[in-house]
Amino acid sequence: MGLLSKKDAQLITDPLTDDNPVTIQVLGICSALAITAELKASIVMAIAVLFVLGIGNVVISLMRNIIPSKIRIIVQLIVVATLVIIVDLVLKAFAYELSKTLSVFVGLIITNCIIMGRFEAFALANGPWKAFLDGIGNSLGYGVILIIVGFFRELLGSGTLLGFKVLGDPIAKTGVYAFGYENNGFMLLAPMALIVLGIIIWIQRSRNEALIEH
Amino acid sequence: MEKRTDKNSYTILFAIGMVLIVGSLLAFTASALKPNIEENKRIEKQQNILYAMGVNNNDESSAIFVGTDIVAGEFKKYIKKQIVIQGDKVTEDANAYLIDIKKEQTAAKDASYQRKLPLFIGEKDGKIFYIAPIRGKGLWDAIWGYVAMDKDMVVQGAYFDHKGETPGLGANIKQRFFMDDFIGEHLKSPNGNFTGITVAKGNNDPINKDKTDNEVDAIAGSTITGDGVTAMLKSELKQYVPYFKTLKN
Repeated sequence: MGLLSKKDAQLITDPLTDDNPVTIQVLGICSALAITAELKASIVMAIAVLFVLGIGNVVISLMRNIIPSKIRIIVQLIVVATLVIIVDLVLKAFAYELSKTLSVFVGLIITNCIIMGRFEAFALANGPWKAFLDGIGNSLGYGVILIIVGFFRELLGSGTLLGFKVLGDPIAKTGVYAFGYENNGFMLLAPMALIVLGIIIWIQRSRNEALIEH
Repeated sequence: MEKRTDKNSYTILFAIGMVLIVGSLLAFTASALKPNIEENKRIEKQQNILYAMGVNNNDESSAIFVGTDIVAGEFKKYIKKQIVIQGDKVTEDANAYLIDIKKEQTAAKDASYQRKLPLFIGEKDGKIFYIAPIRGKGLWDAIWGYVAMDKDMVVQGAYFDHKGETPGLGANIKQRFFMDDFIGEHLKSPNGNFTGITVAKGNNDPINKDKTDNEVDAIAGSTITGDGVTAMLKSELKQYVPYFKTLKN
């Protein structure tokens, strides 16, 4: 890593593995349940959070010495909400189609606890460059989990990936459906997101004993 | 010593300053972009109406509107007449498609108000379409759409949209597999009474062969959105029944 020092690189790589915001810190579960019924929505959400957390962390970090500690949470919330609303307005004016895809995510981004969590835990205590890396790292860690969960839920629940019928047509009985396979409609419901998430956490902890809490 | 940023006076000043800056920033952005946003919404309405009557660029499985560059011309070409129905009074209005259905629904709660019902009459390949806008409630927020009918109130095409239904579940009302099920479906029961179309679970008709049962197959996991579609079709299109009766004569 010539570009980043070892410590800086860790800011990006740690959240992807042993300090993952979703599976280890158990943050951002709400949006992981709400939008992972299809892969496309997961990807859109991952990109949106990447954007907001990357910029938001820098803004909060730049303001860290002037924010009054008594109202810091509200200040953080205002920064996220403002960023998200401005982006949403710009998209509505210049990329209307994209903004329609994002519509439901706007509210979910503002309330995403990973964003508030990183502002509070990292950006308030570190410089803008480090905060930026931390934001990118954590949103990538979040995005990876979202995409894994979305992949399995859409594949097993609807038999499609990104809308393409990868397993054949369930009504015309082609592909694997010809052998009596059925889509599991339960995968589309929120509880299955928790179960898929649980399986990911289980696999991760069984591979790394250090993560197990006693 | 107390830090400067811990003082009450500083906190209050900071809060006021922040609100002023953020407030004016947002207000400025919103008003600067408003004309663009309004224009996008107007174009989208035209695209939706044309979509319902089958003027679209659909490929095999996805719903694609006519391009934004040609939509104005296509709208003029296919939509022959736009009318506003108010009680027994029917007036022509070339901007009927801009009528705000939400405002009309709210105003109609006052019993003395005669609600304006816009209806767009389109013609394609010699066939006449009557396209009505509808609006209702889904699980999280508003749902709306356009339904194209023939003079017997048989659905010829439908377009649904939503503000914030769950992706992968309720949001699928704007997918082809759901909207296309409505094509050919009767809004009236066989004996001629208006019944609407029910988004039904377990009607044993997943590919919607039976067009006169007033039912289409529901989407798994989106019961409330589906019920919203049922209710919206019933309550909104019912109001057009008197107008359709006059067409018979």
